[in-house]
Amino acid sequence: MPAPVQDSQLKKKARKLKDFSDGTARTRYILMAISIIGGFALWFLITLIPTINTFLASPKQVWNALLSESAANGRYFKDISISLQRVLIGFGLAFVCSIPVSFLMGWYPKVRNLVEPWIQFMRTIPPIALIPLVILAMGLGESPKYTIIFVAAFLVMVVTIYQGVKEVDKTLVKAAYTFGASDKDLFFDIVIPASFPYILVGARLGMAASLTTLIAAELTGTTFGLGARIQGAQQFMDTSIVLLGIITIGIIGFVLDKILLLIEKKLTTWK
Amino acid sequence: MTEKLITIKDVHKEYKVENGDNVNALNGVTLDIDKNEFVCVVGPSGCGKTTLLNIIAGLETYDSGKVTMHGQPIVGPGPDRGVIFQQYALFPWMTVRKNIEYGLKFIRKPRNVESIDESGNKTVTTVLERYDTKEKHDLANRYIKMVNLTGFENSFPKALSGGMKQRVAIARGYALNSEVLLMDEPFGALDAQTRAQLQEDLLKTWETEKKTIFFITHDVDEAVLLATRVVIMSARPGQIKEIVDIDLPYPRTQATKLDPVFMKHKNYIWETVYKMYLEIPK
Ligand SMILES: Nc1ncnc2c1ncn2[C@@H]1O[C@H](COP(=O)(O)OP(=O)(O)OP(=O)(O)O)[C@@H](O)[C@H]1O
Ligand SMILES: [Mg+2]
Repeated sequence: MPAPVQDSQLKKKARKLKDFSDGTARTRYILMAISIIGGFALWFLITLIPTINTFLASPKQVWNALLSESAANGRYFKDISISLQRVLIGFGLAFVCSIPVSFLMGWYPKVRNLVEPWIQFMRTIPPIALIPLVILAMGLGESPKYTIIFVAAFLVMVVTIYQGVKEVDKTLVKAAYTFGASDKDLFFDIVIPASFPYILVGARLGMAASLTTLIAAELTGTTFGLGARIQGAQQFMDTSIVLLGIITIGIIGFVLDKILLLIEKKLTTWK
Repeated sequence: MTEKLITIKDVHKEYKVENGDNVNALNGVTLDIDKNEFVCVVGPSGCGKTTLLNIIAGLETYDSGKVTMHGQPIVGPGPDRGVIFQQYALFPWMTVRKNIEYGLKFIRKPRNVESIDESGNKTVTTVLERYDTKEKHDLANRYIKMVNLTGFENSFPKALSGGMKQRVAIARGYALNSEVLLMDEPFGALDAQTRAQLQEDLLKTWETEKKTIFFITHDVDEAVLLATRVVIMSARPGQIKEIVDIDLPYPRTQATKLDPVFMKHKNYIWETVYKMYLEIPK
């Protein structure tokens, strides 16, 4: 009797291991180009249908909006810079505050038990819901925008980073203790570098949260900023400007994420 | 003349598990380790070898009993007891060299300082000093060479094979030059040749530098080759079943394995361990 065979052996072909990598750079770029061009083509085609074109501007209309908005008397770059400023300040403050808070939570169980219920509770509240309170407390200046973005980014980053601190490999802690490391050495030499990857992941999630709450933050009364521009254009049913704003925010998010990714690669070569 | 260094007296240890199935890991373990002894511990998987080592290292608490070193209760870890962990415990963000040097960061070595006072009397005082950068570098080099990792000084652990990681952990443990060396299956992941070489290196180090070694292994050959005494542990709950004195003279080499006395001990210990293994309900 012959030995049993598997289904896959019936086809007499060399079998390669399933490839989970991203593929070669060449095919990657070709596919990316196909995807982008295809997306634009699809967009162009569906906006040829008049009923769709009433609520979705065509690529050409958005291009014209870009030209008029970025012309000498346009406001495009002012909107971008003011929104970018809000995102970066809100995010930056959140980053700076989330690190000590998450390390305190990860390091001291008492702090964790005191703070965690509130963090978990706040996390379920959409930052938009805070707007009335924030406006009442701070008025209509820049600080309510920073605050909304801060809250969103802060919560995401604290949760991510503190998980990292808590999950430091305990055998590494044991090893450091046997060498004679004090708690302070343990914190600076082991816990901080070990949670480094989590800090960077937290930063990326925090950045994404900052951008997604930007529009909400700019609901708190302002004339400038991409979010404000989108809302203004919506009132005039100018969908080309709405789309331009959306695409711009998307591109800003993409670029900022790539920058953080690059920093992550540079700083955690050991991973 | 032997001198008791570590005493373990009637130690009990139960791991509390959240679902209530607590694990009785050690159930009345008593063992004295003399200064300069080489104790090997063998026993079935899960019989509490690592637990016992962690207790001596001061990394694990115990429920009752007494563990002392130099007559003082062991209350925590310290650089007088170097540990080579079963899971390597290398710092992934440090290179091979940095891993080894980190172990030296907190060590103070004695140095004699001569001073002459006004009346011209010479006095010698011993000061404790940290290793300087150069000394750390040189020590790291020496042990990297010993474990055959020259050329990998600047690699990160992720780029090393299991056996190479284990060799880094060994180098780091040796570099500490601590009074007691606690080793948890340190040669387990190594190929036969490296293992044989490191066994001889360890024997040489132990014979010349006179350390006290507590060494866990699954390999009965290895235990008999290295140890002055082999401790056989039994499982569930962990207890010491028997202690076998290995009356083979040092220096020992791989050739010692051909000695009839070696064979006799090896067969006896192997049978004892295997009998226990068969008795474990599966
Ligand atoms: N942290 C822990 N929590 C709960 N149970 C544990 C813990 N550590 C060890 N145990 C249990 O204690 C017993 C002894 O474990 P230990 O690690 O000391 O065994 P070992 O003899 O070193 O085994 P091996 O030879 O496989 O390394 C095992 O049954 C194990 O399941
Ligand atoms: Mg073990």
